Amino acid sequence: MSVKYIDEYRDGRLAGVFAAQIAEAVHPERAYRFMEFCGGHTHAISRFGIADLLPANVRMIHGPGCPVCVLPVGRIDMAIQLARRPDVTLCTYGDLMRVPGSRGASLLKAKAAGADIRMVYSTLDALRIAEAEPSREVVFFAIGFETTTPPTALAIRRAAARGLANFSVFCNHVLTPSAIRAILESPGEAGGMRVDGFIGPSHVSTVIGTEPYDFAARTFGKPVVVTGFEPVDVMQAILMLIRQLNEGRCEVENQYVRAVTRTGNRIAQAEIAEVFEPRDSFEWRGLGEIPRSGLRLKPAYAAFDAERRFALQGITGRDNPACECGEILRGEKRPADCKLFGTACTPDTPMGACMVSSEGACAAHWTYGRFRDLARRVA
Amino acid sequence: MSVRTHRGLDLRNGRIDLSHGSGGRAMAQLIADIFHAALDNPWLRRGNDQAAFEVAAGRMVMTTDAYVVSPLFFPGGDIGSLAVHGTINDVAVGGARPLYLSASFIIEEGFPLADLKRIADSMGAAARGAGVPVVTGDTKVVERGKADGVFITTTGVGVLPAGLDLSAEKARPGDRVILSGTIGDHGVAIMSKRQNLSFETDLVSDSAPLHDLAAAMVDAGREGLRVMRDPTRGGLAATLNELAHQARIGFRLSEEAVPVKPEVAGACELLGLDPLHVANEGKLVAVVSPQAVGPVLAAMRAHPLGRDASIIGEAIEDDHSFVQMTTAFGGGRMVDWLSGEQLPRIC
Amino acid sequence: MNALLPDGMARVTLSGVAMDISVALVEEVQVGDYVIVHVGYALARIDPEEAERTLALMQEGGVIPPSEAAEACP
Repeated sequence: MSVKYIDEYRDGRLAGVFAAQIAEAVHPERAYRFMEFCGGHTHAISRFGIADLLPANVRMIHGPGCPVCVLPVGRIDMAIQLARRPDVTLCTYGDLMRVPGSRGASLLKAKAAGADIRMVYSTLDALRIAEAEPSREVVFFAIGFETTTPPTALAIRRAAARGLANFSVFCNHVLTPSAIRAILESPGEAGGMRVDGFIGPSHVSTVIGTEPYDFAARTFGKPVVVTGFEPVDVMQAILMLIRQLNEGRCEVENQYVRAVTRTGNRIAQAEIAEVFEPRDSFEWRGLGEIPRSGLRLKPAYAAFDAERRFALQGITGRDNPACECGEILRGEKRPADCKLFGTACTPDTPMGACMVSSEGACAAHWTYGRFRDLARRVA
Repeated sequence: MSVRTHRGLDLRNGRIDLSHGSGGRAMAQLIADIFHAALDNPWLRRGNDQAAFEVAAGRMVMTTDAYVVSPLFFPGGDIGSLAVHGTINDVAVGGARPLYLSASFIIEEGFPLADLKRIADSMGAAARGAGVPVVTGDTKVVERGKADGVFITTTGVGVLPAGLDLSAEKARPGDRVILSGTIGDHGVAIMSKRQNLSFETDLVSDSAPLHDLAAAMVDAGREGLRVMRDPTRGGLAATLNELAHQARIGFRLSEEAVPVKPEVAGACELLGLDPLHVANEGKLVAVVSPQAVGPVLAAMRAHPLGRDASIIGEAIEDDHSFVQMTTAFGGGRMVDWLSGEQLPRIC
Repeated sequence: MNALLPDGMARVTLSGVAMDISVALVEEVQVGDYVIVHVGYALARIDPEEAERTLALMQEGGVIPPSEAAEACP
């Protein structure tokens, strides 16, 4: 039985068709380096073994589009501190449980020590808990790019509409275009860590549309192909990027036409605009402070802002000094280049966020692809 | 032993209280009216603290397990039937014939007697269905909050046919990997009942006793059957990685050959899980020599629990003991152990 | 999309697995529509015509023509 709108885009036969097209399209003497920004794409590329289907001169670089990976250590520390309060029930997406904070702390360890931390699949679950347990201060640990931001906005509006006095959000939402700009402006990029083009995120783009990527093409001369989630989508998009480069074009193209439009989801954008405003600056693990890249709750919704409600002080966390998540998030190094990869740092003993999240470059490589390192070394 | 008291247990509305664990009349009544009634067999009827049985000549096997599954009742089973099947399977994968089980219960104060009866009845049915009696047991009661409903610990004993010595070390490159049926059913059935996840499927746990199937495979495979395992927690991925490391070989699998029910695939898709990491409670994976593949596969497919049996891959030389898989898409990937706890209290 | 439920919710199914999600972020979805779901919310409707067109192109290893796919001129 085939699953509509999923199976067709995973058809192995089409993989072969596109692999052949790509092999034919590439100019043999040139190197093509494409960054897939979104963690979901990193995961798909690893999980379906797409690297095996590309010619040697096409290299995929994993970008920082993994919201768990880019969350700075200090924010995890703040969440742990919040969760330790006896009156607080912290609701979090599962991926965040094992992210290392400072000094090896984590939400999972805090839970083991007695903090009331609950894994939820959706903001709807957190709201339900707040309604069911009025004596608890229920805080939702909100992270993510523009896909998870509208759900958080809706949850806050719903809480406001229902007068839910015990619900608040610890907001760590970040903005995709700002991160892409930061990569393009980073010294590594200028200094030769060359990204030739971007595989643009799928779900984020259903929300923001394709318009916000125009600057990458106009200002920085980098083509962007907004791409669907499935492996055949990725193969088709790679072909589109190769052709752009070969033909000297530099455009934002939409491969994910079945779900993405130029202007995006207006309802979702309106929800975001109603509840959130940009922070002047927000710290990203591995990328440092990026101006206007993060969101906070507007004053009108201050009652639901956990940072204000609990007078949280910012914490400057400490990354493990040997951890090279930063270079990896910027695409300057491969996971296998990090000295800690596979030795001190594994998914069971993660040193940095790239290894904890299933969308992180290191975790994806470890879980699906590390057998290739040995082949490379031998060959 | 029958205990006459002036009043029977209130099986409909009654609850476990501390007196049920105190060793006195209340406990005796609990054991008689719930456990002995459900599990009834000659050993229990004798009412001793231990069960005596003849020891077969040759080698015996013994296994122990604890069951902490949450929720206690799920589509396709409950903690009781799971305990019986799981223990039988641990004995059976070694090629042994399971003979007897023991079961000890740690029950939380306040636990409804109706639920306890339901669990005990389910165990009895599972034991009778498999032909493996629960010959001895124990009951303890702990205060409210100190155990989540009920925990069950079991021991199983069995006897190995003479000369049979299944072990991972016997696997060698060129051997084939056979799987008895669809993966991920149990884990998804459990998830469908868990609190925070609100979806419904028609799916049931695959919890089942595999000793008959295993015996048929041993008969058909002879020396060609190297080793069998049942992939429970951690899923097929964990089991194959364990085998690879113990045998010092690698595996190369074909994703298209691994059977997964559409509902399981759909549920995993929705929750971002990989069926390879999801628990099973009624499946076998076997490493078999090329010559023995035909007979073993035929024997499996002839059995109700092995109808979907398929060859999913082969063993290869590999110093690093990787489990690799060719995806349906055409590229390659590894199948690694899952890190962290994807689904706590799955069995 | 299997059924619309009260309060901005809907029941979606995937291979026989049913899940209740919020459709507050998509306009006018109807039973029979396909949606993209993320953390319990529908984010976008899949346009069946575009989906078919994409698939048809993919069958031949083709791509959406640059003039149509391009959304910006450098």
